[in-house]
Amino acid sequence: MKITQISIFLENRKGRLFDVCSLLGQKKINIRALNIAETEEFGILRIVVDKPAEAVKALKENGFVAHLTDIVAVEVADQPGGLADILKILNENNVNVEYMYGFVERSADKALLVFRFDDPDRAISVLNSNKIKIIGSKDIGGL
Amino acid sequence: MIWNEKMETMDLNELKNIQSERLAGIVKYVYDNCPAYAKKLSKEGISTADIVTIDDLKKIPFTIKEDLRDNYPFGLFSQEVKQIKEIHVSSGTTGNPTVVGYTKDDLKLWSEVMARVIACAGGVPGDMIQIAYGYGLFTGGLGFHYGAQEMGLTVIPCSSGQTKRQLKIMTDFKPRILACTPSYSLYMAEEAREMGLNTKASSWKVGIFGAEPWSEAMRKEIEATWDLDATDVFGLSEIIGPGVAQECLQKKGLHIFSDVFYPEIIDPKTGQEAKPGQPGELVITTLTKQGIPLLRYKTRDIVSINYEKCACGRTSPRISKIQGRTDDMIIVRGINVFPSQIEHVLLGIEGTQPHYQLVVDRKTGELDELEVMVEVDEKIFSDEVKKLRALEEKIRDEIESVLGVLVKVKLVEPKTIQRSEGKAKRVVDKRTL
Repeated sequence: MKITQISIFLENRKGRLFDVCSLLGQKKINIRALNIAETEEFGILRIVVDKPAEAVKALKENGFVAHLTDIVAVEVADQPGGLADILKILNENNVNVEYMYGFVERSADKALLVFRFDDPDRAISVLNSNKIKIIGSKDIGGL
Repeated sequence: MIWNEKMETMDLNELKNIQSERLAGIVKYVYDNCPAYAKKLSKEGISTADIVTIDDLKKIPFTIKEDLRDNYPFGLFSQEVKQIKEIHVSSGTTGNPTVVGYTKDDLKLWSEVMARVIACAGGVPGDMIQIAYGYGLFTGGLGFHYGAQEMGLTVIPCSSGQTKRQLKIMTDFKPRILACTPSYSLYMAEEAREMGLNTKASSWKVGIFGAEPWSEAMRKEIEATWDLDATDVFGLSEIIGPGVAQECLQKKGLHIFSDVFYPEIIDPKTGQEAKPGQPGELVITTLTKQGIPLLRYKTRDIVSINYEKCACGRTSPRISKIQGRTDDMIIVRGINVFPSQIEHVLLGIEGTQPHYQLVVDRKTGELDELEVMVEVDEKIFSDEVKKLRALEEKIRDEIESVLGVLVKVKLVEPKTIQRSEGKAKRVVDKRTL
């Protein structure tokens, strides 16, 4: 139930984020979730897209360094304490979160979050046994 | 004052006899005492009988930095290691550093030439000197120390760094002589202004600056800032360290102590003697050194030479300020850096590519900054910031341990480093000296 995230190395230079987005736009690839980790000199752009294989191909052809990483998308109740409930379960089971961010779209009463775990398989089994809904890549494409 | 009136003002024809005698002596000495050198000379078909006068020097093959590396650590020494009283180390082009050793007599020679240096710059016995060159494996600090002791000066062995303390010592002890890199003198000026000190009122009246290239414009700035005479000192550890040549107060070239360090200027491409007055590579033969005598050592520094007698009374020929290098060595905060050393470090770190560029910059009143730009590729890229940070730190630490220089590592996108005609441009020097 893992989904694929693409991470891209970006120098802190004017227009680099635009370059990535415009390239994906031309290739008719849709960004579903996005996050940027930035430092003084560089940034790491992390995206979830509808067509990851095509996206990576296009990025590499255009000279970007891009990586695929397994992440886990989780449905969270869109109400106060919704995220806390999930983090509590992860905490109690010693599952380490490297980073996380939210999806662009959401359904009526649910928010979608993606998690990068150091051990995604164990994280998935913990989430499953606690009846937390995990979203698969098929669902992402159809969103 | 002229420290060694006899040698420094000797008629050049008369000096030639001494140089000839010393050359014949040193060639025989290395033949008898250094198997690696004996092999090098006999390979060229040279026997000691061939070397009679200084003009025979041309028959001898050049010695290059790689000869020292290939014979690392002590293979070019002409004395047993137990006769060596002190060892100094400087950067090599790749891998092993350059190692030099001094016998008791070599330390005497070093003291003597450094006393000549200090006197040539305007120092006199009884002066107090603040030595802000690094002490340790680098020859700068100890070279000045020995010369100042020899001359009978009061020595403050500050070493480099701790600028506030340097300035307090200057203010309280009132040394008349300052020895450090030219850029450090300007860095101290900036700090002094921040501390509210009037730099023009400083006790320093004589400045002996070296270990890095600097210009006439920088001299004017230093002199105006500190109200002192700023003179240039030249040396390299392979020859002795500082103490090879020094400017007098005429400030028209550096007197090279040719009775002990015989200079030639060659066309680096052909190896032939350059036309008089024309710039070329400085080649030096140590005429009296015992620990590691070097014959026709190619310094890779580009200078011109002037044999006219100087208004100061010295006859010792004068070399110009360094006009360039025959290799891609850069000097950062007084430390020699070869791009090949950085390449070597990068190749040793798993996943890094040898695509890199060095950017050297010096902002006004600040010390040199060396930025190492490294291209990121699939192998080293990670979606986690901490992993990329750890990589930057690893590269920085490895470079620091090899070069002794703290650099800034910057990860850049692939293929962003300029490549000219397929060959990468390794060094961008933005400093205006």
